[in-house]
Amino acid sequence: MVWELAATFAHSRLFPAASAVALTMIQEAVSGSLLSNLAITLARVAAAFTVAMVLGTALGFAMGIWRRVDLALDSWVTVLLNLPALVLIVLMYVWFGLNEWAAIAAVALNKLPSTAVMVREGTRALDRNLVEMAQSFRLGRVKTFRHVTLPQLAPYLFAAARSGLAIIWKIVLVVELLGRSNGVGFQIEAYFQLFDVTHILAYTLAFIFVVQAIEWVFLQPLERRVSRWRR
Amino acid sequence: MAPIILDVDVRRKVFRSRAGPEHVVLADMRFSLAEREIVALVGPSGCGKTTLLRLIGRLDHDFEGRITWHGQEAPRIGTVFQEPRLLPWRTVRENLLLVTPPDSVETVDELLRALGLWPHRDSYPTQISLGMARRASIARAFAIRPDIVLLDEPFVSLDPSMAERGRQVLLDAWQRRPTTGLLVTHDLLDAAALADRVLMLAGSPTRIVSEVIIPPTNRRAGTEAAHAFAQELRLLRPVEPVLFPDVSAASSDRR
Repeated sequence: MVWELAATFAHSRLFPAASAVALTMIQEAVSGSLLSNLAITLARVAAAFTVAMVLGTALGFAMGIWRRVDLALDSWVTVLLNLPALVLIVLMYVWFGLNEWAAIAAVALNKLPSTAVMVREGTRALDRNLVEMAQSFRLGRVKTFRHVTLPQLAPYLFAAARSGLAIIWKIVLVVELLGRSNGVGFQIEAYFQLFDVTHILAYTLAFIFVVQAIEWVFLQPLERRVSRWRR
Repeated sequence: MAPIILDVDVRRKVFRSRAGPEHVVLADMRFSLAEREIVALVGPSGCGKTTLLRLIGRLDHDFEGRITWHGQEAPRIGTVFQEPRLLPWRTVRENLLLVTPPDSVETVDELLRALGLWPHRDSYPTQISLGMARRASIARAFAIRPDIVLLDEPFVSLDPSMAERGRQVLLDAWQRRPTTGLLVTHDLLDAAALADRVLMLAGSPTRIVSEVIIPPTNRRAGTEAAHAFAQELRLLRPVEPVLFPDVSAASSDRR
């Protein structure tokens, strides 16, 4: 409502009304362009997210358990943490070409170190008494990891997943803008050339809805389920 | 005489810190456990009782000596820790089922009923009292059909009536699933109420200084008998110079 009134008052093509953005969103959806570009970007987000979470978790766990691994990798993780996303993206494109693998690797590498650091802290905070209980009752490695270790890491993994999703989709747009010929980022770049703010907002909002839906439909219910034992 | 199932011979257990000197905690600990015998090791807090239990429970292998199991290559050890150590994200029943073989559902349910935990079987450990959590941890140790139950101060920090209830629960569990037991405690009442034999620990490094065999008529003969026998045990307890020889030597040096 406020947006609509403000846009009417401003009367500028650089600040379109909410209704205009909604109409554009519908038109783009009907034409198929919005959905196909959303799907492409989402696939990149999913791939980069999976790689970053799986490798970051494994790395963080190893660093939390073994001091030597931590000593060997700590500086590299810090370097990666502090390296600007843009530098990583450009380097990946330069070294590996303007292809899908380089794009996904660039995004995953941006997220991986923060996942590793979070999981490392979670691993360091593991309750040794519970691990010892598992050892005493001879639960075995797999059962111990699944039933004793993983539930303790869950809050750290959820935090990593939440922040991961937020960071990754933003970086994916930059990666698409710089070196891909499709996806939401590419569309935004194209409409930026035309100064078409209505289309830019339509694509951005559509993607925000999708990410929010993932949070509501998937992440939040899963987190509630996993932490239902907390009073 | 029941067959011996465990020989403990811990000649030396040392704690090493990176900076400080090494500290010998246990020395010349030799004793045996017969099948279905309950032995109590009584000593002051911090004397190394838990350390000894960790050695026997195979949680720590760094010691000089030998712990020999007879008749069992890999004995099933049910441990009742000082803290209940239940997994907070699993219900009471799920905690028991996790450590038991798949065919133990009936055993688990029977123990939950016997120990008064059935109404709380689907509660999470955060939703029950400490006394109940301890009961659940006792049930867990017995649910694995253990060859031996190791109990580490199972009633510490409970008020006297809760501790009494805890001892009763333990005896109920023992009656249902008779097995060998090794109890470490600083409380003579625990020893008098539960054990067949009491080994007194003292000194630095800690050693066994005396052994008391509880007369068959006094064994697990109820609260009053336990209190009376605990009183007798108190008289047999090593006096301070034996408990803290270093301290008394230091103070006599000063004199």
